[in-house]
Amino acid sequence: MSMHQVTLVEAVRLAALQEMRRDPTVWVMGEDVARGGLYGQYRDFLPEFGAERVVSTPISESTIMGAGLGAALVGTRPIIEMRIFDFVMCAMDELVNQIAKIRYMFGGQARPSVVVRMPHGIWRNSAAQHSQMLESWFVHLPGVIVVTPSTPADAAGLLVNAIRSDDPVLFFDPKNLFPATGDVASVIEPIPFGKARLAREGRDLTIVSWSAIMPAVEQAAATLAADGIAADVIDLRTLWPWDQEAVCASVARTGRLLVVQEAVSVAGFGAEVVATVLETLGPARVKAARRLGAPRIPIPFSPPLEDAVKVTPAKIVAAAKAAMG
Amino acid sequence: MEPTHNIRRLMDLYRTMSRIRAFETAALNAHKEGVVPGPLHVSIGQEGVAAGVCLNLTTEDRITSNHRGHGHALAKGAGVQGMMRELFGREGGHCRGKGGSMHIADFSVGMLGANGVVSGGIPIAVGAAQGLKMLRSSAIAVCFFGDGAINRGPFLEGLNWAALYNLPVLFICEDNGVSAFTATDTVTAGPGVIARAASLGVPGVTVDGNDALAVDEAAGRLVAEVRGGKGPRLLHAKTFRITGHTSTDAAAWRDPADVAAAKARDPIDRLGLLLADRGVATADLDALRLAVFEEMEAAVNDAKAAPWPDEAIAYEDVQDVGAVRFSGVSA
Ligand SMILES: Cc1ncc(C[n+]2csc(CCOP(=O)(O)OP(=O)(O)O)c2C)c(N)n1
Ligand SMILES: [Mg+2]
Repeated sequence: MSMHQVTLVEAVRLAALQEMRRDPTVWVMGEDVARGGLYGQYRDFLPEFGAERVVSTPISESTIMGAGLGAALVGTRPIIEMRIFDFVMCAMDELVNQIAKIRYMFGGQARPSVVVRMPHGIWRNSAAQHSQMLESWFVHLPGVIVVTPSTPADAAGLLVNAIRSDDPVLFFDPKNLFPATGDVASVIEPIPFGKARLAREGRDLTIVSWSAIMPAVEQAAATLAADGIAADVIDLRTLWPWDQEAVCASVARTGRLLVVQEAVSVAGFGAEVVATVLETLGPARVKAARRLGAPRIPIPFSPPLEDAVKVTPAKIVAAAKAAMG
Repeated sequence: MEPTHNIRRLMDLYRTMSRIRAFETAALNAHKEGVVPGPLHVSIGQEGVAAGVCLNLTTEDRITSNHRGHGHALAKGAGVQGMMRELFGREGGHCRGKGGSMHIADFSVGMLGANGVVSGGIPIAVGAAQGLKMLRSSAIAVCFFGDGAINRGPFLEGLNWAALYNLPVLFICEDNGVSAFTATDTVTAGPGVIARAASLGVPGVTVDGNDALAVDEAAGRLVAEVRGGKGPRLLHAKTFRITGHTSTDAAAWRDPADVAAAKARDPIDRLGLLLADRGVATADLDALRLAVFEEMEAAVNDAKAAPWPDEAIAYEDVQDVGAVRFSGVSA
């Protein structure tokens, strides 16, 4: 199969393009999508699919989300574009009380087959309302799939699977990584949910992470390797379902776990990973289990302040060394 | 005399309203008896709206509803046994006992669900209309909500959206004058729902919601316009909720004169008088009302006897991938 190097934003563009060509019931709705979307992730969709399937909407997040659900209930498969994750707060009823509940409340009569795309994370000094990572909130929400890719190939393959999924999928585009490049196949195959990617192999320590912070984790792992510490680096790719087997098997080998998250560490998904590993393996088999994330403060604007909050390769190296004892 | 209404159509309206009244009464009594868990929002006094609107719809048409949804579901053709069992939380309920009164739904007849969130059904109906249009369906979406819902954002967003994309959706504002326990006009600025709709490009008409014929006629015209591709329309039906907000609200807070006046305008009695005028024997009307009473009594008895759902059912219908399975051991 032929591969080509593309940016992450191009990879997800190609994935959505492929699926809209394959299935005429797939369509995209959201602010500015007919103009290609805020990041160009829908560039050139309008001329190919027309205004009925590439719908630039009013700035009406409740209705973008709720209308997407309604359209799914009559048999179409909308991609609901939230533009920037933080704006989903204006559509929380439609997401949490409606989309996530409708199949259950109605005893299986409804299939809310939607993909909600929410580009998240710290990005270009955008301050507190355009930088959040609250993906852990949604792992707590029964009824949805939570997807958090970090590479072009994973983002593309997971988006294909998301569009084909009958379950509602919350797709967190790592917006700061949109310019990052990687190989993507010319025919994008779906990547199953709940299967982690082993980014690097090592026997001393397991580092678990996901989404936009992954490049920093890999950089840190390279530094650690130069210092004689070999880390297994696991990119979870999806947080619900998540690959508990892969993580537990790795920690069973290494005996040490570090979870790295861009999000606030307190009550973040890292806590779930640590708890699951300890429950599964028992404390005797785990010599260290640590979390690294942001302090529990909003994301500040000023570059030095934003930098201070960020998880960096240096902080990851330090946390890993602390875990080595 | 209404020339467009033949006796059969009048009897259809009368039967639907009577069935709703009988269902609501039976459910309310069962609740008082303690066999229906959770609160009920019944629509006694408002039956003319559901009956008059839904008489103009096909099974293919979709409706969304609010928390007071039993009447809408029945008028759309939802199965009574599945509804009553759902209210009772028993096996065989339309929602397998996971929805109850506030989430009554029967997708097999295009009833896309009641909703526990005020105005929650509006974006859903708008999106259903958008999907139907995209699929080149001749079906339309109809959205029932109360007068309280026009003060939430989704009302404004949804009407703007429907007009913008010229969607086949009919909005029904079922105006009983109250938002739970507060008179809606004391918490609503401006000239009201019709003006708000007009300002968003959605033409609307007001009818006496306690006159089922007037509702039927107005809805018939609006449904034809919506189905004909003319875009969204709004029907503002003024009515009165004779019983309390919920099954536990005795509504003692209300002015007895208002309630007495409303009872004098009872939509079922009014249509009964008209039918008698048109030569239908009172005995036939009484027989009909007895028959629907017996139908609902049988539904209550069936629901009482139905088994409770298995614990494992609580774990079903969550999601396909990443579903948590029942361990077989109670938590
Ligand atoms: C968003 C939201 N806020 C508040 C409530 C609580 N509540 C339930 S019904 C109701 C009154 C609704 O009034 P209206 O829409 O006119 O319907 P009615 O009860 O009169 O039929 C309220 C406030 C709710 N369910 N949802
Ligand atoms: Mg009301």
